[in-house]
Amino acid sequence: MADAPLPHPYGASADDAPLYAPRKQIYPQAVKGRYRTIKWIVLAVTLGIYYFLPFIRWDRGPNAPDQAILVDLANSRFYFLFIEIWPQEVYYLTGLLVLAALILFLMNAVAGRIWCGYLCPQTVWTDLFYAVERWVEGDRRERIRHDKEKLTLPVFARKGLKHFIWIMIAWWTGGAWVLYFADAPTLVYELATFQASYIAYLWIGILTVTTYTLAGFMREQVCTYMCPWPRIQAALTDEYALNVTYRYDRGEPRGSVKKNEALKLQGLPAGDCIDCNQCVVVCPTGVDIRKGLQLDCIQCGLCMDACDSVMDKIGRPQGLIAYDTDMNVQARIEGRPEVRRILRPRTLFYAGLIALVGAIMITSLAMRQSLYLSVMHDRNPLFVRLSDGSIRNGFTIRVANKNLDERRYALMVEGLGEAKVELVGGEIDQQGRSIVTVGPDQTLEARVLVTDTASMAEDSTSVRFVLTDLATGDTASTSDHFKAP
Amino acid sequence: MAHESHEQVDAVTGVTTTGHAWDGIQELNNPLPRWWLWTFYLTIFWSVLYAFAYPAIPMISSYTRGALGWHSRDAVVVELEALKQQRSGMTTKLAGSSLEEIKQNPEMFAFARAQGKAAFGDNCAPCHGAGGAGAKGYPNLNDDDWLWGGSLAQIEHTIRHGARSTSDQGHSGTMPAFGRDGMLKREEISHAADYVRSLSGLPTDKGADLAAGAKVYADNCAACHGIKGQGSQELGAPNLSDKIWLFGSDKANIVEGLMNGRGGVMPTWHGRLDDTTIKALTLYVHSLGGDQKP
Repeated sequence: MADAPLPHPYGASADDAPLYAPRKQIYPQAVKGRYRTIKWIVLAVTLGIYYFLPFIRWDRGPNAPDQAILVDLANSRFYFLFIEIWPQEVYYLTGLLVLAALILFLMNAVAGRIWCGYLCPQTVWTDLFYAVERWVEGDRRERIRHDKEKLTLPVFARKGLKHFIWIMIAWWTGGAWVLYFADAPTLVYELATFQASYIAYLWIGILTVTTYTLAGFMREQVCTYMCPWPRIQAALTDEYALNVTYRYDRGEPRGSVKKNEALKLQGLPAGDCIDCNQCVVVCPTGVDIRKGLQLDCIQCGLCMDACDSVMDKIGRPQGLIAYDTDMNVQARIEGRPEVRRILRPRTLFYAGLIALVGAIMITSLAMRQSLYLSVMHDRNPLFVRLSDGSIRNGFTIRVANKNLDERRYALMVEGLGEAKVELVGGEIDQQGRSIVTVGPDQTLEARVLVTDTASMAEDSTSVRFVLTDLATGDTASTSDHFKAP
Repeated sequence: MAHESHEQVDAVTGVTTTGHAWDGIQELNNPLPRWWLWTFYLTIFWSVLYAFAYPAIPMISSYTRGALGWHSRDAVVVELEALKQQRSGMTTKLAGSSLEEIKQNPEMFAFARAQGKAAFGDNCAPCHGAGGAGAKGYPNLNDDDWLWGGSLAQIEHTIRHGARSTSDQGHSGTMPAFGRDGMLKREEISHAADYVRSLSGLPTDKGADLAAGAKVYADNCAACHGIKGQGSQELGAPNLSDKIWLFGSDKANIVEGLMNGRGGVMPTWHGRLDDTTIKALTLYVHSLGGDQKP
């Protein structure tokens, strides 16, 4: 993007202010250090999970797919390792999202925008794209020079290569996405031989475009203008939360090494910041951390690495920019003791909530039934008088067999004394019980006619439908009413 | 600008304010990001294209049709066609199977029941009720008493050709109007009604002459309804000895039937519904209460 000089809005009246402003191109410089290393590891792990997870296999027997993680939209099932979720159990997804939100809040209460700086896909992919850019086009100075000079063929070729690699990464990103929705090896083969459904190609196309645009061009603008989290985060944080902080108590007044040494000798105040601007040139969002916490800062920690390496060179202690709080900076200036409290009501509350929601999820998963029965009474007619005067009620039952093999169940109705239970279209075993057979991982709807042969029923009698697995003895039951005149 | 007098320069950022302030928080007049503006222009451009391509602008008696000629009715037709296509496998299987075969196959049976239920709602519910509970004069299809028989084949025949219908294969046989046509006197009808009630154990009037009623019954009714009142499915003559009464069991209703006769009409559906739908309807109705021995 060519950068036209920005009409200066400062001090001008609203009439003179420009309607829009082009993006200020940012050329972050390469940096090495502790936080950069952490970011590389996080990048490798998260992208590795994203790109390769669909290929992990998980044996579930002949009646279910063997992909460890699979969103099977066609059969409305979600497979996650040993867990299989049916559509009516979508509350597990809700629970997972609640957990994710609470963990985000907890991270924020402990150390600010950790999510933004290290884990957010926008940050990770932008970081990867910057790495490609640096590798192909060179570091900050070289890129600035290339953009200022007239475009030469080698530079053009290098830019072309960069965009090609970007598009390849973006394409692979889209490609990996669709693998979560079908058997991965099969789909890869189908995609390569152009036999896959157009939906797959469409989604790959959409994600290629979004990845290429968001990580290649929009970059920090996504964080600054589009993402709601910086705003929410600002409302949720408190003064104890650690943030990437310029310790101005130590840094100011800034000045060159020589000048500040001279000031010190005279007994005048002199800070450790040598105004080398390294914290600014490495910043992927182009902010000056020395101006304090700001919305644009994603707290990626690279300025800490840049500053630490400078401090090492000039023989001053590291940590001029570090995870700290403004409250502590003020405390040091005023000579009060620092306060560092990770355990405080806010963090304990979030941790408690996480433990509670997690416990509820695990308990409900552990107690999950593999057999489910629901019964619906006929709405019309509520009861039928048979020719011998006895009363019959019709019900529709739905049996869900979540096991991965076919099961046979005996149906009984309790609460009516001598009730005759007839499963329409079903079989009767030697003991006179109605038997219903449900295929693996399937549901079956059937009609049940219950006749009160002993004419015991009053106008409404509570009855219980009990389904017993003939193989394991597992039961599922549900109540309803038997209606009579 | 109207706000000019309120404009200030924010001390921290050096940016002018718009003059809007809420609780002391002032709105800075920062420029829009350029990409945002482009996106905004792009949406305007898109809306123009869209309005040109699709039906968009209402006219006095019509609307602009759009260059693509898209129409919501066509979209419905396409979707219905797709639905038909999706069902065609099952429909073909249903068409090629006998009623018994369908009933034995849980998958086909479930499909037929679902299709039959929908067809029942469209065609049968006005008389027989949404759940087949019937009404006075319209048989309840959930019970075990079948005027013309409750087996799969009998139900299909009744649906296909009806009763007292326009089809010459339909069931015929009516209850004559004994009173109106002068075959029985008012007194005889009263005796017969008392006797009919006694057949199923219902209480009779105190002064009822059951012996006289039995004579009238044997001479006039037993031919169709049977000596014991057990009815006849061939003739569609209701069983008078059970607890189910198509027109009601009180004496006035029975007298009314004897006076004016009875003869409800079940229309013929052959030719109005296709064979597969009739099959599905048969299986659905049969599943409500068919093949039950009273």
